[in-house]
Amino acid sequence: MKRVYVNEKWCLGCHLCEYNCAFANSGMQDMATALKGKPIYPRIHVEENDTISYAVSCRHCTDPICVKSCIAGALSQEDGVIRVDPEKCVGCLTCVLVCPYGALAPSESGVMQKCELCLQNSCGEPACVKGCPNRAIVYEER
Amino acid sequence: MNQYVIIGNGVAAVGCIEGIRQEDTEGKIIVVSEEKHAVYCRPLISYYLEGKTDLERMQYRSEDYYEKMHCDVLYGKKAVKIDDASKTVILDDGSALPYTAVCVATGSVPFVPPFSGLDTVSKKFSFMTLDDTLALETAVTPSSKVLIIGAGLIGLKCAEGLKERVAEITVCDLADRVLSSILDYDCASIMQKHLEENGIKFLLNDSVETFESDTATMKSGKKIDFDVLVLAVGVRANVSLVRDMGGEVNRGILVNDHMETTVPRVYAAGDCTEGDDISSGQKRVLAILPNAYMQGHCAGVNMAGGSDAFSNPIPMNSIGFFGLHSMTAGTYFGKEDGGEMYEEKTDRKLKRLFIRNGYLTGFILIGETERAGIYTSLIRQKIPLDSIDFESLKKTAALVSFSPETRGKMLGGVV
Repeated sequence: MKRVYVNEKWCLGCHLCEYNCAFANSGMQDMATALKGKPIYPRIHVEENDTISYAVSCRHCTDPICVKSCIAGALSQEDGVIRVDPEKCVGCLTCVLVCPYGALAPSESGVMQKCELCLQNSCGEPACVKGCPNRAIVYEER
Repeated sequence: MNQYVIIGNGVAAVGCIEGIRQEDTEGKIIVVSEEKHAVYCRPLISYYLEGKTDLERMQYRSEDYYEKMHCDVLYGKKAVKIDDASKTVILDDGSALPYTAVCVATGSVPFVPPFSGLDTVSKKFSFMTLDDTLALETAVTPSSKVLIIGAGLIGLKCAEGLKERVAEITVCDLADRVLSSILDYDCASIMQKHLEENGIKFLLNDSVETFESDTATMKSGKKIDFDVLVLAVGVRANVSLVRDMGGEVNRGILVNDHMETTVPRVYAAGDCTEGDDISSGQKRVLAILPNAYMQGHCAGVNMAGGSDAFSNPIPMNSIGFFGLHSMTAGTYFGKEDGGEMYEEKTDRKLKRLFIRNGYLTGFILIGETERAGIYTSLIRQKIPLDSIDFESLKKTAALVSFSPETRGKMLGGVV
């Protein structure tokens, strides 16, 4: 299946992926209305130190420990894509406790959200990839 | 055709069903379910009381789950014996189910100490099952004064769930601190303070001497009036089926990393088992949902002729109360056992990382829990700390502390 991969050699650390992610999942038409002056809750995050930067989002593991550990049956995997059902999630954060990549974080409301490859939102393809100015994030089969 | 019998219908049973079906789509699966409910999310019973979920949403799997997995579920039936000679499971109605392999996923039951006068208390409940929860819900009123015996995970989640539905909640425990199974004294103090600020009263280092109807007299001499009593002292693993057939049991049914008991063709999974804890190197009952699923899945694969090992179980808990989250994992070795501790502490946040012989063995995080799974993976995968930049990692959990090669594999390949 196609997944999101990062190449840290190309990442500029501009954090645009975080904004594009938050906008794509906001359900709004206009980026400024959706994000300006508000705290954002993206499903991808940039990590960096003095020498490198790169983005991290869900790896859609082939053997996902988050799905196995979810106490609410809210995480599931279908056709390789790991999704969270926000109606079922109670925000216990067990998935945060077990994900080796640090790829899950709560939404503004406290229930979990995660990268679902933009397959369900209006973007239709990963917005982080589409908007990456240096092609440091790609969406492909490996 | 193979016939698999699963005794119990909780999360370990689901793991087992899914493990079996990964290997064998044809064999017959029979689930013996003492509870008259399809599998539900047991840890969500407190969230149900709190109104954060409901009966429909707390279903662990879809309505057509058993049908899709080609399972027969026998509701309201209890397995009374596993007969090794005839390879059958005997039920309380006298029927016998032949098995190719059987998985004991019987969970645990509340342990109720013999309190004097307990029989004089009219409204008393355990807090383990959905039926317990529905009965407790019916019993409480906005003017209820609730006494909870036990300041562990079950007792405190019950307190949180009931808080907005009753007038007063007092929690007592023989231990000197709350959550004594997962938190050390300092960490427990932070949690206790937060719980007290949210209206929960505590009586620690104390236990009930005697009950007289709706009054508990404590060993300290204090008297507590209540109208609803919740008994959350502890649990005991249901080991009798395996013990009675001569299988080895300790505090739980002893299993190896293939989830085999000491009896051929008899597997066990979930809260009824005692398996490895790789963080301490000891056998332990690890009664947590993730392990129940993973043990069940491992058992299922092996029962159906596949080969799987669950080789890195550790204790781990993510639990929050009134918005303050704590995460714990592994074993906290003290100085006397050759351990060392890294600590960051502010008023409402605390991080304690426990290190021994060059490995992370455990941690406690309160208040700040972002990307904690990176720490958990260091324990579960036994990653030598000298292979990473632990100085930066202990301050911030992030993949930046790993080597570019390791990170390249994690983020640039299929994992």
